[in-house]
Amino acid sequence: MADQVTQTGQHQVPAVSPLVIAGETLASRLILGTGGFDRMDELAAACAVSGTSMVTVAMRRVDPSQQGSLIDTLDRAGVRILPNTAGCFTAREAVRTAELAREALETNWVKLEVIGDDRTLLPDAAELLDGAEQLVARGFTVLPYATDDPVLCRRLEDAGCAAVMPLGSPIGSGRGIANPINIALIAEQAGVPVVLDAGIGTASEAAQAMELGCDAVLLATAVSRAADPVRMAAAMRAGVEAGWLAHGAGRIPIRTWARASTTPEGMADLA
Amino acid sequence: MAPAISVNGTERDDLPAGLTVADLVVAHGLPAEGRGVAVAVDGEVVPRGQWPQVVIPEGAQVELVQAIQGG
Repeated sequence: MADQVTQTGQHQVPAVSPLVIAGETLASRLILGTGGFDRMDELAAACAVSGTSMVTVAMRRVDPSQQGSLIDTLDRAGVRILPNTAGCFTAREAVRTAELAREALETNWVKLEVIGDDRTLLPDAAELLDGAEQLVARGFTVLPYATDDPVLCRRLEDAGCAAVMPLGSPIGSGRGIANPINIALIAEQAGVPVVLDAGIGTASEAAQAMELGCDAVLLATAVSRAADPVRMAAAMRAGVEAGWLAHGAGRIPIRTWARASTTPEGMADLA
Repeated sequence: MAPAISVNGTERDDLPAGLTVADLVVAHGLPAEGRGVAVAVDGEVVPRGQWPQVVIPEGAQVELVQAIQGG
């Protein structure tokens, strides 16, 4: 792709390159969760302005009182649908949920979520790895929601996961990236795409994830429960793009003391 | 009397015997083509292509799920 956002003389600023997971190309590096939107039109608008190429959905028992138009809305938005296993506490439940989702949505892709605790919603590492191994063996393309643990993320990659998705901080907490050092380590070592998933509260944190070397950001609540979800969706798009550019641009080293950008030479004698 | 099937944890004696999976899906107001919908009978996922043929056995535990909004 030779797209350029800007070209001035010999200086070129590249457009954000697409995200490739398991050989599939996604134009956007922002993955949007559909949870928390009050209205379908708001979700549709958020999909459009965020520029997202893929959104997550959950699987639940049919509620006869609630015949939503979710799938129609997402199909119209032209986004890929990534089912998750939200609410599962064991590998067994997660595998069953993934199999139902595969049938419902005709996709082998699954965001594997196996939580260990109701209050923190943190992943259960042992069940997660077990579930990932089982799903890979059954032909799924597995994107696991993981703790920000470089060793766990490596184990998940070794198990055949198509990406790893470490958390920034607990789901829906809006606390941003609690351990940027670990996120940078995970991004540095990974041979599969790294998607920062969960904890993002605002656009600067999405940018930070990309600056740390992540390949993409997955968020839901930060947009869907913002006072103006559609405006925040636009902000997140800008944040992800800014972070991607900044990471590629190579930031300056962090220094203890100041370093003048103006030369001290040639000062007029005004003392 | 034959044991009723259970749908999503509720005993359903209002449903006729010999119901197929496709019948059940439509009876719940879901689109017959079933996009976004999946069915498991006694723990086994029934492929969509088999919905019209698979008769739900008496006393079966059926899970009828669909895609909803979620992170």
